[in-house]
Amino acid sequence: MKNRASLITMTLYLLFLLIPIYWLVNMSLKTNTEITSTFSIYPQTLTFANYITILTDPSWYMGYVNSMIYVVLNTVISITVALPAAYAFSRYSFMGDKHLFFWLLTNRMSPPAVFALPFFQLYSSIGLFDTHIAVALAHCLFNVPLAVWILEGFMRGVPKEIDETAYIDGYSFPRFFIRIFMPLVASGIGVAAFFCFMFSWVELLLSRTLTAVDAKSIAATMTRTVSASGMDWGVLAAAGVLTIIPGALVIYFVRNYIAKGFALGRV
Amino acid sequence: MDKTQNNKAWFLILPVLILVAFSAVIPLMTVVNYSVNDTFGSNDFFWNGLGWFEEMIASDRMHAALGRQVLFSGIILAIEVPLGIFVALNMPKKGFWASFCLVLMALPLLIPFNVVGTIWQIFCRIDIGLLGHSLAALGIDYNYTNDALDAWITIIVMDVWHWTSLVALLCYAGLQSIPQAYYQAAKIDQASRWSVFRYIELPKMSGVLLIAVLLRFMDSFMIYTEPFVLTGGGPGNSTTFLSIDLVKMAVGQFDLGPAAAFSIMYFLVILLVSWVFYTVMTTLDAQETK
Repeated sequence: MKNRASLITMTLYLLFLLIPIYWLVNMSLKTNTEITSTFSIYPQTLTFANYITILTDPSWYMGYVNSMIYVVLNTVISITVALPAAYAFSRYSFMGDKHLFFWLLTNRMSPPAVFALPFFQLYSSIGLFDTHIAVALAHCLFNVPLAVWILEGFMRGVPKEIDETAYIDGYSFPRFFIRIFMPLVASGIGVAAFFCFMFSWVELLLSRTLTAVDAKSIAATMTRTVSASGMDWGVLAAAGVLTIIPGALVIYFVRNYIAKGFALGRV
Repeated sequence: MDKTQNNKAWFLILPVLILVAFSAVIPLMTVVNYSVNDTFGSNDFFWNGLGWFEEMIASDRMHAALGRQVLFSGIILAIEVPLGIFVALNMPKKGFWASFCLVLMALPLLIPFNVVGTIWQIFCRIDIGLLGHSLAALGIDYNYTNDALDAWITIIVMDVWHWTSLVALLCYAGLQSIPQAYYQAAKIDQASRWSVFRYIELPKMSGVLLIAVLLRFMDSFMIYTEPFVLTGGGPGNSTTFLSIDLVKMAVGQFDLGPAAAFSIMYFLVILLVSWVFYTVMTTLDAQETK
């Protein structure tokens, strides 16, 4: 009895999640005339023309390439600076540590809308406007605190005796950190990288403000095309489907850690 | 864990400090600078004191946007938190189906925000959307571009679709950490389903639930892209939330002074509420480790 109720609940919930996505996929496989003229719950004349448009037009597919570049850059930068900081927070108490930790967290809370304009001016004035590194640095605003938080949660679970033993055995700090400590928190690093990837990938406002042509992200490409060429629903839907794929792939790899990661390593 | 007292740990934090100082402090100070100055353009600034703050605190526009924002955050928290708990309780505990549910549920979380808006736009339009078309066929007068109430319902359903999984995943992680012995003890005591939930599951979930509420509050309070793509803040101003209004003011009208004063107050509100959550959270943490 209880199991059947659970089954029904989960089925309904998953259907609720999947139907809008299905509709997007459905749209992406139709021609524009079919979308606007007839209403059908599956494509009458199956077409891949929308996908071909995107994959052959540089102004479209470069959007994906640009997005991937700054997302990967951001993930690498965030994890690199967050690792030592998370170690410090999890192992030592020092002057102002609690305040500093909360201050870092406040950056995760600050609305990107507040920072959009100052970022634009800051990066324009140092000549980084419309480069991948500008977006990657801007996304550090919320990804670095997040990475520090998640990693700190995971590092807390590693017993301190390991550090002490390693120092007694004559390991220097960098060698200990890279050779012994990092493998121990590998799953934490994976989860933190996943979250940096995710939040950088889904963000639109800053990436749109900071790029114009050379580093234009896919999200920005999509919004601009909507306003410029009227409504090309088929291509828009196909572009949307293609943005979902990278996320779906990464999710599959970290599926067993997702829940713990969302709890910022604090379960 | 007892931590060693060592002020040299600051050196390990230095890279983060430099990076965040560059990407947060400098922009924030720019905003502060704008908020107390006035300009006639071309980088010609003069001191305006607290003028902009006084103007923004008294302005109806900000009150209206803030009111809508609070209402929105309140509604989505009231829906997503109970729904998320409910879904988590019904999820399969282990095996293939558990992974299957996890992957599908995490899917909406990884869709770029503007694509979320696009999905719901395509889904809800009367002419081409499954939902809009079906409702029209049933004779229900539904049009999210013209009717303020319909626009609100659409945005709320969209947000529930987008983020309930986050609450559910967090609660699921919390539920997984409850040892089986607790349930067995409850069975011996012949506890009802409700008491098991109330006295075992809920207390064990409180930590993660707090994180869930904190994250959902912060993110819903900063919501920009999804309603922007879906309704553009309309019809009229009915779905213009704080971020949308702010971007309109700063980038659209280039009213830097008021926009900056607005930003700072906006930031302070979020900071205040989050600080309360954070303090409660760390206190709970400390109690647990004792």
